[in-house]
Amino acid sequence: MNRQDIKQPCNIVETKPRLLNDNTMHYCPGCSHGVVHKLVAEVIEEMGAEHIAIGIAPVGCAVMAYNYVDIDWIEAAHGRAPAIATAVKRLNPSRLVFTYQGDGDLAAIGTAETIHAANRGENIAIIFINNGIYGMTGGQMAPTTLEGMVTSTTPYGRRADLNGYPLKISDLMTMLDGTCYVTRQSVHTAPAVRKAKKAIRQAFENSMNGRGTSVVEIVSTCSSGWKMSPEKSNQWMAEHMFDKYPMGDLKNTVAQESHH
Amino acid sequence: MEDEVRLMKGNEAIAHAAVRYGVDGYFGYPITPQSEILETLEELMPWQTTGMVVLQAESEVAAINMVYGGAATGKACMTSSSSPGVSLKQEGISYIAAGELPALIINCMRGGPGLGTIQPSQADYFQATKGGGHGDYHLIVLAPSSVQEMADFVGLGFDLAFKYRNPVMMLADGIVGQMMEKVVLPPQRPRRTDEEIALQCPWAVTGRPDSRKPNVMTTLELDPVAMERNNIRLQETYSLIAANEVRFEEHETDDCEYLIMAFGSVARICQKAMEEARAQGIKVGILRPITLWPFPSDEVNRLSKKVKAILVVELNAGQMIEDVRLSLDQRIPVHHFGRMGGIVMDPDEVLEALKKIM
Amino acid sequence: MKEEIIIAGFGGQGVLSMGKILAYAGLMNDLEVTWMPAYGPEQRGGTANVTVILSDSPISSPVLNSYDTAVILNQQSLDKFESKVKPGGTLIYDPYSIHHAPTRTDIHIYTVDAMEASFELKSSKTYNMVLLGALLKVRDLVPVDAVMKGLKKTLPERHHHLLPLNKEAILKGMELPRRSN
Repeated sequence: MNRQDIKQPCNIVETKPRLLNDNTMHYCPGCSHGVVHKLVAEVIEEMGAEHIAIGIAPVGCAVMAYNYVDIDWIEAAHGRAPAIATAVKRLNPSRLVFTYQGDGDLAAIGTAETIHAANRGENIAIIFINNGIYGMTGGQMAPTTLEGMVTSTTPYGRRADLNGYPLKISDLMTMLDGTCYVTRQSVHTAPAVRKAKKAIRQAFENSMNGRGTSVVEIVSTCSSGWKMSPEKSNQWMAEHMFDKYPMGDLKNTVAQESHH
Repeated sequence: MEDEVRLMKGNEAIAHAAVRYGVDGYFGYPITPQSEILETLEELMPWQTTGMVVLQAESEVAAINMVYGGAATGKACMTSSSSPGVSLKQEGISYIAAGELPALIINCMRGGPGLGTIQPSQADYFQATKGGGHGDYHLIVLAPSSVQEMADFVGLGFDLAFKYRNPVMMLADGIVGQMMEKVVLPPQRPRRTDEEIALQCPWAVTGRPDSRKPNVMTTLELDPVAMERNNIRLQETYSLIAANEVRFEEHETDDCEYLIMAFGSVARICQKAMEEARAQGIKVGILRPITLWPFPSDEVNRLSKKVKAILVVELNAGQMIEDVRLSLDQRIPVHHFGRMGGIVMDPDEVLEALKKIM
Repeated sequence: MKEEIIIAGFGGQGVLSMGKILAYAGLMNDLEVTWMPAYGPEQRGGTANVTVILSDSPISSPVLNSYDTAVILNQQSLDKFESKVKPGGTLIYDPYSIHHAPTRTDIHIYTVDAMEASFELKSSKTYNMVLLGALLKVRDLVPVDAVMKGLKKTLPERHHHLLPLNKEAILKGMELPRRSN
């Protein structure tokens, strides 16, 4: 059997979503971004929303997300994606508007924009990639960096007395009346990927149904920043990150409503 | 009723004019002396009539980024603030300029630096005309000197912003913002429909129909060759604006031996000084730049050939005077008279300053 | 006709709104008007003054350093503005809060017992309207009808039941000016 025989349509069990184009991704091997991009593309496609989807890309590794998913995008200044999404959604209420942000973007420089967009209950979805490090600028400490974690700006490990504590910003967002859905997911195993996709779908549907702000945190790896192999990164994430950032729904008012 | 003469503050006139122009979105944050713009818009509730979005943002930073986001979707969006708040907006303004997006930013200037004072000033001339944010870019800068112009420049500002795909700043001050005068508001226009926007702004991020490739609004370009090309394109736009959009007003310049240059409300104060000077037999005229960028350099140069000296009057330590000097191809005395920190000169002080240079 | 007026007192005395009503009255009478407040951070209690110009030709500077007429409501304002009334001009003040009376002899000075009048009207809020009435008596700027039209424009509808009281205050004020020099 040669290679061409294997690549028969009948043998293909998993295809690339149509909206994910053929551009070579700049992400490092083992990075979670690629998987999440694929999920976003799949969900938009499955919702039939490619004509109404507007993504807001951050400053960070996902700054060029617009190069990979064939929908309309706006590239934001660092941290400002939720403010931009606010205006885009309010001025274009029929559109599916989501931000895609990293931990530095969302939980450090953009904390105010994030909290206030969520507190206003803007009908947007926030995809929040939390890998506990600044990937793009070369592995500096992020607000979500774990205590003791070595980064290029905490070369001896993060110390709470010097650098403060890891910021559980999703927990904080559950306290806001404007959020309807806050969940924490990962994409390091096939079941986790399936659950993460469901969460993204739920968030996008919430925003189209005018439910308020949805936040999907995806605890992720950064094998380059963490200086580990992709495999070791997944293992380390499950062992250390999930302790501080446990998986599962933190808030889901939509599900509660449908129960009653 | 649309031509009804009203009495209102400059800030209020801006709010009314915005609704009537058919502006899509206003995003602001309170700061004296311009809060009446947001307050008036909230009172007018235009979301019930024209569908205009009005939002009090969490900060000036958020507000300008809302403008960036809204403008990226082809909508007519504006924000307003006063000096310290406009400093905060500079990041977003640079992005809007880089994104070649139409938008209107209003600075109702107060005294600085720092938190400064809430009293009128013109100390943000450099910031408005020389960039303010990072990178090689220009705003079109309009300087209103009356409540009527506060209203008129909303429409003019958006027209220019969309014509050139370039942000426009209305550089007002606490005087024109807070004073009341007669004003005739423009007629009510409908907001543009999504179809009109798609036609007028094919670049707009609106959600991608099958008929086109994705529209991406980004100011990132890591390839220096492409980034230089972007810069060259911006510079070409600026040349076009400079060639076509210089605006100014003159008073009594036909026979003048001395020229006063002033912008915004200060030009009004100088006009009173000129009336008194003329009564005393002093032949003085006024050149008021209406666009501070592009600056009326050719006109300054032309007038400089026939006057003995130029007096530049500003509510700052000498900012526009630099552009006046750069305009001249022969040396004539150029003097400055300014008050700072929120003190507004009165007409007598201007007259005195004029006599000193004679 | 051109009248350059300064109205000065404490914030909360109705200085700005008196100016506003006067400006509206000018508007109703087809005059050019400017109303330029010296604005401060305080809503109440600080000094407040407003320059109102009424003219039958376009107005240049809204900021002035001498005035045809000054309406003065407290001592600080008298100290500040007495010298800024043009020779031959008019100064109107309420002696209620004045310890050192004006001394100029080249201007027309009138006293108005406006505070007392507002007590009699049982409404301290009529204070500025009493003074406005006095101003209109001394300086024939606009007819009372135009003022009432202006008042109606500036007063929110829920306060329109106060229009008769304000008119009473204006008419009362017109009886009060007394030449003091």
